[in-house]
Amino acid sequence: MSVSALEGAVVVEQAVGTWRLRWQRFRQHRGAMASLVALLLLLAFVLAAFPLQPLLDIDPYATDLLARFDPPSAQHLLGTDEAGRDVLLRLMIGGQVSLLVGVLATAIGGAFGVMLGVSAGYFGGRLDEFLMRFTDGMIALPLLPLLIVLGALDLTKLGFSAEFARSGAAGFWRIVVIISLVDWTATARIARASTLSIKERDFVRAAWASGAGPLYVMATHVLPNIATPLIVAITLTIGRVILLESVLSFLGFGVVPPTPSWGNMLNNAQELVTQAPALAIYPGLLIFITVIAVNFLGDGLQHAFDPRSDR
Amino acid sequence: MARFMLRRCGETLLVLLIMSFVIYSLIGLMPGDPLDVMLASAPGVTPEVVAHLRAIYGLDQPLLLRYWHWLMAALGGDFGFSRSHAQPALQVLAPALVETARLMLSAFTLSVVLALVLGIVAALRPGRALDSIISLAAFAGISVPVFWLALVLILVFAVELHWLPASGTTALGEHGFAAHMRHLLLPVVTLALFYTGQFSRFVRAAMIETLRMDHVRTARAKGAPERRVVLVHALRNAMIPVVTVMALSFGTLFSGALVTETMFAIPGMGKTIYDAILGNDYNLALTGLLFATLVTLLSNLVADLAYGWLDPRIVLT
Amino acid sequence: MTALVELDRVSVHFDQRRGLLGRRSVLHAVEQVSLTIAEGETVGLVGESGSGKSTLGHVIAGLRKPTQGEMRFRGHSLDRATRRVAQHAIQIVFQDPFGALDPRMPVSAIIAEPLTINRIGSQAERRERAASLVHDVGLPQDALNRYPHEFSGGQRQRIAIARALAPNPALIVADEPLSALDVSIQSQVLNLMRDVQQQRQLAYLFISHDMAVVNHLVDRVAVLYLGRLVEIAPRAELFARPSHPYTRALLDAVPRIGHFRARHRTIQGEMPSPLAPPPGCVFHPRCGKAQDICRVTAPELLPAPGRPAQLAACHFKD
Repeated sequence: MSVSALEGAVVVEQAVGTWRLRWQRFRQHRGAMASLVALLLLLAFVLAAFPLQPLLDIDPYATDLLARFDPPSAQHLLGTDEAGRDVLLRLMIGGQVSLLVGVLATAIGGAFGVMLGVSAGYFGGRLDEFLMRFTDGMIALPLLPLLIVLGALDLTKLGFSAEFARSGAAGFWRIVVIISLVDWTATARIARASTLSIKERDFVRAAWASGAGPLYVMATHVLPNIATPLIVAITLTIGRVILLESVLSFLGFGVVPPTPSWGNMLNNAQELVTQAPALAIYPGLLIFITVIAVNFLGDGLQHAFDPRSDR
Repeated sequence: MARFMLRRCGETLLVLLIMSFVIYSLIGLMPGDPLDVMLASAPGVTPEVVAHLRAIYGLDQPLLLRYWHWLMAALGGDFGFSRSHAQPALQVLAPALVETARLMLSAFTLSVVLALVLGIVAALRPGRALDSIISLAAFAGISVPVFWLALVLILVFAVELHWLPASGTTALGEHGFAAHMRHLLLPVVTLALFYTGQFSRFVRAAMIETLRMDHVRTARAKGAPERRVVLVHALRNAMIPVVTVMALSFGTLFSGALVTETMFAIPGMGKTIYDAILGNDYNLALTGLLFATLVTLLSNLVADLAYGWLDPRIVLT
Repeated sequence: MTALVELDRVSVHFDQRRGLLGRRSVLHAVEQVSLTIAEGETVGLVGESGSGKSTLGHVIAGLRKPTQGEMRFRGHSLDRATRRVAQHAIQIVFQDPFGALDPRMPVSAIIAEPLTINRIGSQAERRERAASLVHDVGLPQDALNRYPHEFSGGQRQRIAIARALAPNPALIVADEPLSALDVSIQSQVLNLMRDVQQQRQLAYLFISHDMAVVNHLVDRVAVLYLGRLVEIAPRAELFARPSHPYTRALLDAVPRIGHFRARHRTIQGEMPSPLAPPPGCVFHPRCGKAQDICRVTAPELLPAPGRPAQLAACHFKD
């Protein structure tokens, strides 16, 4: 049999996409799949505020002192809080705020950390040295007290208008900024260290030999190979950011009322814990479920991205 | 080694100095300055008097100069006066430091012990039911908001069951050891849970890795009893990364301690700083933040040294 | 035969510095090497570890620019345009088949990578090419959708060869492609390399420290010592009658059936540090024939007496 005849007999199999293989592996991780479902449900829950608000015809910001601590009813499905506001709607809207802060601060801080870490590891030199010194210093700081100080800063002294400083938007963006400001260093360090080890591998040399530039190598070889530690780091960051937002808002230095967030809804919960324990339970439970789901998701992604890991 | 220690101590001092300036500047950006607070209680003061007072307090000077004066005084041991406590800031912070140290050390010890047990048990049979349960519990531990956990614990054990006190502390001699422990129990458990979850995941991962290593297999092949294999051969190697992570985490316990102290009304450093910021007591806040920074920096220093001591392959230069 | 690659007195130096304030020193990894590789030719590059043979291979593969001297590709200096062509026409296969393949890429993407980088063909065409190459190097078709970790060392080296073949190269730099493999696998991969060479007009620069393997594959042998070319000759001539004492020592070190190892001729001592090469002939501290002239004057690479194709850098050529 000649070689060409053999070639004709071979069925040329099409390559399955890398992502499909990853999805197949992800689905094996039961905790992660359950978490994915839980997160989608949570998303649906917080977005349900949009149709529900006109449907029930409730203003979630209007206080009604005659209807404080109302039990659940047809109109107020979870009852009302200490100011007579609908608990269910505020949980939904507070969830939107909390999740948005978590995703935004992680995205900003994570993107910054990955860019800086990968560049520092890939190019080395001064940038690398500075980054390492800086993150060393950052890690050695008491995080929460400093965040509280940053959360307490008088924005007018930084040149913002008094009107903006008092607005709800200022409170929202302030917490996004201060959290992303402090929470990129872990990602950057992991990105740097992983990049350093990948850069020395022969498959990177092979790409260079074929004429690949830094951007191609970073995107094709470095990022996928450092994805596992990065995804874990970034996912853990989301969980940490949501927790940070909640504790800052709870302490009164994060998202400020009347804008609800799961954290600041617990503001008064401590005094009310005997009177209305449910009010103290719901928001915290939602934070808990969100963060644990996010953490399991990270675990599942790690499994999906690392062909060698077997659980 | 001596050179390494000297350099790390020097670096720690430098970071502390930089942070003192950063914190000093940030405190200056908080709403109101000492004069505003004073004037609020004395209306009807003319602008001339205000300007005069500003000059007396040096508030019209540039930031760097003010910082310099503050630094010189601080190096001489004068950290200023706490407005709300009507005492020198240092005198307020000294007992608070003891409270916080007690809380942090107890919680740290508890989480290290629990994490070692849980992590090793989980690593013995990875993937089995017990491992899954421990893993789920660990995830729960790192995912629960500390302040909410405190709230729930108070609700259950103090409000509903009346088993434990909801707040406060007692000095050791005051109402006896039992009362002391009863007050400490809920806060310590609250603070320890997160770290138990985190540490046990590290212990499990490190143990699984070392149990696969050659020298452990050799020990097994030689017929060493399983208990000895796990506790001596594997654990010793697994401990190197684990101890580093644990020591590095000790400093971060301070953030959790702040929340815990606030929730359980423990007059520690965290609560003192928090109240000082809320009450515009800036000398106290500044000094407290500096002490908190020092505590974290020192624990990181210890972690670094422990790493070099545990792993002789690391050459410290 | 036309020259595919020419090296013209190429040197590679590394700056080395110990610590922040340490003294700077220059490591002469490759020193004044001139070498041509013809189309379709297989040149063996031999030497001990640390002789600079991998560095020289990296220069030819475009991974490192020479500190001095010039490399020409098909007669052209490497300007921007030529460099692109050369990057395409010269591929490299590495020693360690475990580090040479990106563990996150399926085999199809690994093989097609040289084409992807240079944007050659459509994605479908590249996949088709990968599929036919997988067959050419003797791997099953289902290898395409699998990941490197699922393959043995020999199979991985086949994948690496398939990647190198993807852009239809004129030259493959093979940097000790067999030394990480089991002996039983070595001959399979060696045969594969010979087979694909016969099917395509392909030249090899075959880097090795193993004279026996070199004897199986190459047309000419270049011997590198401390970054310098000490002998270059057609294989038969070199193996029959090595001219340089170092080459002779290398050949004597190869165990052969029916021969007792000629112990007195094996090299004494260790290779000096390339940070401080000896003066004169760099081989003189280890050479049995060394005379006064060897300690002072570096010999030039010249034909051995009566054998114009066999060049050696020695004052006392055989």
